[in-house]
Amino acid sequence: MSNNIKINVCMGTGGIAAGGDEVMAAFDLELRKAGLEADVEKHCAVHRVGCRGFCARDVLVDVSVDDVRTTYQYIKADMVPRLVEEHIIGGVPVEDWVVGQDYHDFHDRQEKVVLADCGQIDPEDIQAYLDVDGYKGIVKALSEMSPAEVIECVKASGLKGRGGAGFPTGMKWQFCAANKSDRKYVICNADEGDPGAFMDRSVIEGNPHAVIEGMSIAAYAIGAAEGYVYIRAEYPLAVERLHKALSQARAHGFLGKAIHGTSFDFDIKVKLGAGAFVCGEETALIASIEGQRGMPRAKPPFPAAKGLWGKPTVINNVETLANLPFILRKGAEWFASLGSETSKGTKVFALTGKICNTGLIEVPMGIPLKEIIYDIGGGIEGDRLFKAVQTGGPSGGCIPVEHIDLPVDYENLLKVGSMMGSGGMVVLDENDCMVNISKFFLEFTQSESCGKCTPCRIGTKRLLEVLTRITEGKGKKTDIDLLLDMANDIKDTSLCGLGMSAPNPVLSTIKYFRHEYEAHINDKRCPAAVCRSLLTFTVIENLCKGCGMCLRACPAGAITGEKKKPHYIDTSLCVKCGACFDVCKFKSVIKE
Amino acid sequence: MAGLATVFGSGAMTNSIAEVENNDALFVIGSNTTENHPIVALRMKKAAEKGAKIIVADPRKIPLVKFAALWLRQRPGTDVALLNSMMHVILEEGLEDKRFIEERTEGFEAFKAAVKEFTPEYAEKITGVPKEDIIKAAKIYASAGKAGIYYTMGITQHSMGTNNVYSVANLAMLTGNLGRESTGVNPLRGQNNVQGSSDMACAPTVLPGYQKVTDEAARAKFESVWGRPVPSKVGMTATEMTGAMIDGSLKALYIMGENPLLSDPNMGHTTNALKNLEFLVVQDIFLTETAELADVVLPAASFAEKDGTFTNTERRVQRVRKAIDAPGEALDDLEIICRLSLRMGFDLCLNTPEDAFLEAGSLWPALAGMTYRRINDNGLHWPCPTSDHPGTPYLFHGTFPKGKATFTPVPFVKSKELPDDEYPFVLTTGRVLFQYHTGTMTRRSKALEAVAPEAFVEINTADAENLGISTSDMVSVTSRRGEIKLKAKVADKVGPGVVFIPFHYKEAAANILTNDALDPVCKIPEAKVCAVRLQKA
Amino acid sequence: MIDLTIDGRDISVPEGTTVLDAARLLNLDIPTLCHDPRLKPYGGCRLCIVELEGVPRPVTACTTPVAGGMVVTTESEQLYRLRRTVIEFLLSDHPNDCMVCQRAGDCTLQELAYFYGLRDNRFWGERRRYDKEDANPFIKREMEKCILCAKCVRVCGEVQAVGAIDLAYRGFNAKVCPPYEKDLDCEFCGQCVAVCPTGALTGKVWEAQGRQKDVKYTETVCPYCGCGCNITLHSVRNRVIRVSSRENTLNEGWLCSKGRFGFEFINKPDRLRTPLIRRRKDGPLEPASWDEALGLISSRFEGIKKEHGPDALGGLSSARCTNEENYAFQKFFRTVIGTNNIDHCARY
Ligand SMILES: Cc1cc2nc3c(=O)[nH]c(=O)nc-3n(C[C@H](O)[C@H](O)[C@H](O)COP(=O)(O)O)c2cc1C
Ligand code: SF4
Ligand code: SF4
Ligand code: SF4
Ligand code: FES
Repeated sequence: MSNNIKINVCMGTGGIAAGGDEVMAAFDLELRKAGLEADVEKHCAVHRVGCRGFCARDVLVDVSVDDVRTTYQYIKADMVPRLVEEHIIGGVPVEDWVVGQDYHDFHDRQEKVVLADCGQIDPEDIQAYLDVDGYKGIVKALSEMSPAEVIECVKASGLKGRGGAGFPTGMKWQFCAANKSDRKYVICNADEGDPGAFMDRSVIEGNPHAVIEGMSIAAYAIGAAEGYVYIRAEYPLAVERLHKALSQARAHGFLGKAIHGTSFDFDIKVKLGAGAFVCGEETALIASIEGQRGMPRAKPPFPAAKGLWGKPTVINNVETLANLPFILRKGAEWFASLGSETSKGTKVFALTGKICNTGLIEVPMGIPLKEIIYDIGGGIEGDRLFKAVQTGGPSGGCIPVEHIDLPVDYENLLKVGSMMGSGGMVVLDENDCMVNISKFFLEFTQSESCGKCTPCRIGTKRLLEVLTRITEGKGKKTDIDLLLDMANDIKDTSLCGLGMSAPNPVLSTIKYFRHEYEAHINDKRCPAAVCRSLLTFTVIENLCKGCGMCLRACPAGAITGEKKKPHYIDTSLCVKCGACFDVCKFKSVIKE
Repeated sequence: MAGLATVFGSGAMTNSIAEVENNDALFVIGSNTTENHPIVALRMKKAAEKGAKIIVADPRKIPLVKFAALWLRQRPGTDVALLNSMMHVILEEGLEDKRFIEERTEGFEAFKAAVKEFTPEYAEKITGVPKEDIIKAAKIYASAGKAGIYYTMGITQHSMGTNNVYSVANLAMLTGNLGRESTGVNPLRGQNNVQGSSDMACAPTVLPGYQKVTDEAARAKFESVWGRPVPSKVGMTATEMTGAMIDGSLKALYIMGENPLLSDPNMGHTTNALKNLEFLVVQDIFLTETAELADVVLPAASFAEKDGTFTNTERRVQRVRKAIDAPGEALDDLEIICRLSLRMGFDLCLNTPEDAFLEAGSLWPALAGMTYRRINDNGLHWPCPTSDHPGTPYLFHGTFPKGKATFTPVPFVKSKELPDDEYPFVLTTGRVLFQYHTGTMTRRSKALEAVAPEAFVEINTADAENLGISTSDMVSVTSRRGEIKLKAKVADKVGPGVVFIPFHYKEAAANILTNDALDPVCKIPEAKVCAVRLQKA
Repeated sequence: MIDLTIDGRDISVPEGTTVLDAARLLNLDIPTLCHDPRLKPYGGCRLCIVELEGVPRPVTACTTPVAGGMVVTTESEQLYRLRRTVIEFLLSDHPNDCMVCQRAGDCTLQELAYFYGLRDNRFWGERRRYDKEDANPFIKREMEKCILCAKCVRVCGEVQAVGAIDLAYRGFNAKVCPPYEKDLDCEFCGQCVAVCPTGALTGKVWEAQGRQKDVKYTETVCPYCGCGCNITLHSVRNRVIRVSSRENTLNEGWLCSKGRFGFEFINKPDRLRTPLIRRRKDGPLEPASWDEALGLISSRFEGIKKEHGPDALGGLSSARCTNEENYAFQKFFRTVIGTNNIDHCARY
């Protein structure tokens, strides 16, 4: 048996949900049984690591024997004894459970900066971060650079905010640095309210020290002594790891008074958010930290001039901050060499929807959409047709197949009527109804509006009502124009980014899929057969075996038929619940 | 306001309400401002928001405490000890304004000697306020650039009320907080035209504009305008009149718009006095408790039914305008007085309110520059001596009317009636937000009456526990002068050993209990402090 | 000073001035619903939008501070359209109650609907339904009419520092209410009623007492405490039906509950309407004519004066009577009776 064995167990939120804790415990037990005290003995170590993005395959486990790494997927605790016996003791990998080529494709096409150490190092051990050059960025800044030079460096790197708006980070810092004040603040925005997004959570769970280091760099650059991480309370694991990381950073002198023997003082508080989407908006977030209702206010004044407690404040997204240690360490030119002409560096996306490989990915800016969907994502599930990809979260837009070659960066996404947002990417196929999709997103934004301003409070509600009536077959001929009018006026008049962008799904789906709207309104038909009110369920006589399953399932008593004889659905009684369609084993119920 | 007039030669709020907002420190003593002067309180809250430090000195945890940097809970009736001690600290710390004292005041040395004994330790014993807090308060007040003092009857309604006022004035002089914007000594007047009726000299010692009846030149001036001799003998104060009614030397009384039966201390005494009169005339808008005892009742117009002026607590003279006609045959007070006078053979020559206003102005220089037209929009602050004078929002810029202001050494004198074994509690009285005075007006408002329908006695939690009293229990409160029954409100708004009763309610009139002992100078009765006993009824 | 151009006119204003205030200095009429010069800028209603040269989206004039060289347009076709849409949104969630609404004729929303000719509405949809009566005796809260300008919330917090009400819930369901939607229990200053631009908050005391067109307004001074707040009496057919206050006064339009709601006594039927006389000792007080009453007083005063001297008479005046009345009263005592026995009860 080798005496150089490393075991990494994925213990992100996804890993834990899939049983990571039990797997960890099982390894511990099995190794002990085999006489290997994992925690004690140098030659065999079990590490918890953060998420590496492919949560659908959890629990993922790396077993390295003499630095030859084998990755296993879908590992459960009861599989551990065999892994220990055959691979660790026997030296032969368990081929049945090893990941396939798709796993490697998923990773190999990516370009990892922010996520580079996630899934590789133990997030609960500062030493692991130090081992990969952690905290060298801030040390370099403190010992070699003036605050102004740090700002110049960040400006030169071309880094733009990853929280949605894409504002150049260096510029933001410069504004804030220019404002004189007795106190300034750095806030890390870890509210991550987009449904389905988990990039910020993964970064904090996987490499919290990078975020802390990024905040320290920002604080040094603008002259702040206090920082806040505003993180949603629904992220208990991230919060826990963050707290651990903070106390380790304090113990190692990376936070506190006179950091690295300089006159730079900085410490960080954690503030839990209650999970309102709008609290991710920077002014609402600040109000929330101040103990007020989380409601945005008009800008200017921008937080850089008047932020937390009225003092100049820099607020940056988790991912933005996590890039900073690398920029300082490796230099602005290195960062600027990644990405496209106008957007530098990489971007993390949460890839979901009708795609084979769902998960968290990090790609260079400017990568063609097609590569993301087909090379990394492994293409559309089943053999269905790609229809569109929705980016930018609930207030982003849909990009249709004709733009499949689009290089993905801030500017191009805006050009086609969508946006980068925080990095949601939902792949849609022929079975998705675009009217329904925009209704789905509107339902979210509408209910998350803070209610402060008129167009967003009432306007999004009205948009949703019109979309709803269209999906129910009650749409009027004038509704498309009405939607466009409302959507544009809401965009122009809303106070904050939520209202300004909430109509995007409507606008972009009308732009690219107007025919679907027209089919709903004019023909009372849902082309993707999604909008139930517009469906008719019929039994195809020659396929029906007369088993009676549908008859029993129908809650409305709309189905009649004798045993072994074809059944019949009375459309006047049908409530379009689809129960018959779901239960029929012979696919003899169709909806259209 | 005899006290202030003695010190400065003028007895009114020295600064205006709008200036409150820009104070750096506010010392609010004996004023439940949020409930009694809500609009002044708004400015105080704004000042606090702008960063001013508020010091509240009050036996009760009044709502303003919420906005205060420091709250001193002095025992009722111990204000002088508190104030003297603060001044002791200021002198110890060298925080006094030496130049101001030198240039603009007199009597400093005697005063200095008088506060010598008031160490914070000594004052703590008397007032119950921790010495650290006394020191803190002194420092906050004395080191602020612009500090104002605000007080009401909490300060004046004591047997030594005049002393309290001297003390407050000493404090402002000591720190030079006078004659500048957002500073001053500011008595907040309880009723809408207390200032005006003082100015107009419904007072036994002075003629309009604080000109002494004993001053021959002043009398001559008035006589020449009035065309009749002016008596030179100082008259009786209201409280002295009550005594004179009892002893029979005062035979007839004419009351215009007041209800002394309820508002004066020692109600039993007042009733007997009024009943003892040969002839009582009451002029009012309602048949008040006092009017019921009258021989003749005259129906008067309310403020909404007449023209004239009111002078508010900041000396701003403002127009009152007629909106509707008075009911029935009711007439405005001015017309009634003029008619009666004519009937008695003399034409007062005050045919319109403006006639009266201009005549007053011709006799009192501070009003001389005002006409109804000039005060039409926003009023003017007196003094306004000439027709182009802009009015005077704050007084004493550069000089005092009497030249230098005088420090007055003030000894600490105990309240006339202190708790003992038989009457172990100190009773203080006051107002609640939703009622006013004897309730003649507010208690006729359905809405106000609905939220503040009945009298209560506020008792500290610890005391209530000892007596087995809980909120809403009926309690009988007894003093040497009488007994009332009312509901208990147990809370920590009052400190241990102290109880509070609002005086608006005739069903349980606090003034049945209170003491009519008089302040020796001002003759204000000691409504604020007396000793009572509590019992669950 | 900052120089800028608004609708082609140059103006110079102090730093920190908002575009709205600058425009108002030029007498330009920008519609607003959530703005109040006495409160901090809010930017909720979105009506005051204006265009800035070089800025792609309209901005709200009430929240935007002026900047040097700014070029502002306050009226354009696009702005008209956007403002109209905003009002139309508000009306699409507003009860059709103007017929009986207390505020009809004095309602900013109604005014705007009129000027923008909004009879139809493109956006009719679900309306909020709140029918709970608030039990407090002062303030009628019909939150279906609320347009969420939050002026009430802000005045209660920023000015009154009470914080009795706040916004609750989100989006379309956002609502102004006391904590836990309890009945209002506060200082009842009515500041919130005074600033509400719609019929959502009105005084119960002046409900159904008179329409705007019949109201006569009289500027006067509050009869209660010594603050001397300026008030406006609203009267209809010789009855005072309401009290309000203007903004440009020493009290900035703010009042307390007594000043704002405590005027009912004026109209009470038990007001004294005729002189009363006690014709025999211990008899009842009976109505009399002025002639009889004044005759009686004059003869009794003269009799007592003759018999016991002028100092056997005394007068007590009131701190609630006017200066003129107090002046006349003391003049009467000093000249006609001949005594200085005169005082007013409230020396404090
Ligand atoms: C409705 C709304 C929600 C937002 N939510 C988030 C969020 O969850 N996380 C985030 O980083 N930024 C969010 N933002 C963007 C922030 O307002 C802000 O632009 C960002 O935190 C700035 O950081 P950056 O410059 O690093 O991107 C949101 C914006 C809006 C309008
Ligand atoms: S746009 Fe929506 S979320 Fe933003 S302030 Fe307006 S109502 Fe609130
Ligand atoms: S009446 Fe006054 S205290 Fe009550 S909610 Fe309105 S503003 Fe606030
Ligand atoms: S109640 Fe009136 S003041 Fe308050 S938010 Fe609604 S409309 Fe505005
Ligand atoms: S008035 Fe400016 S947004 Fe309402």
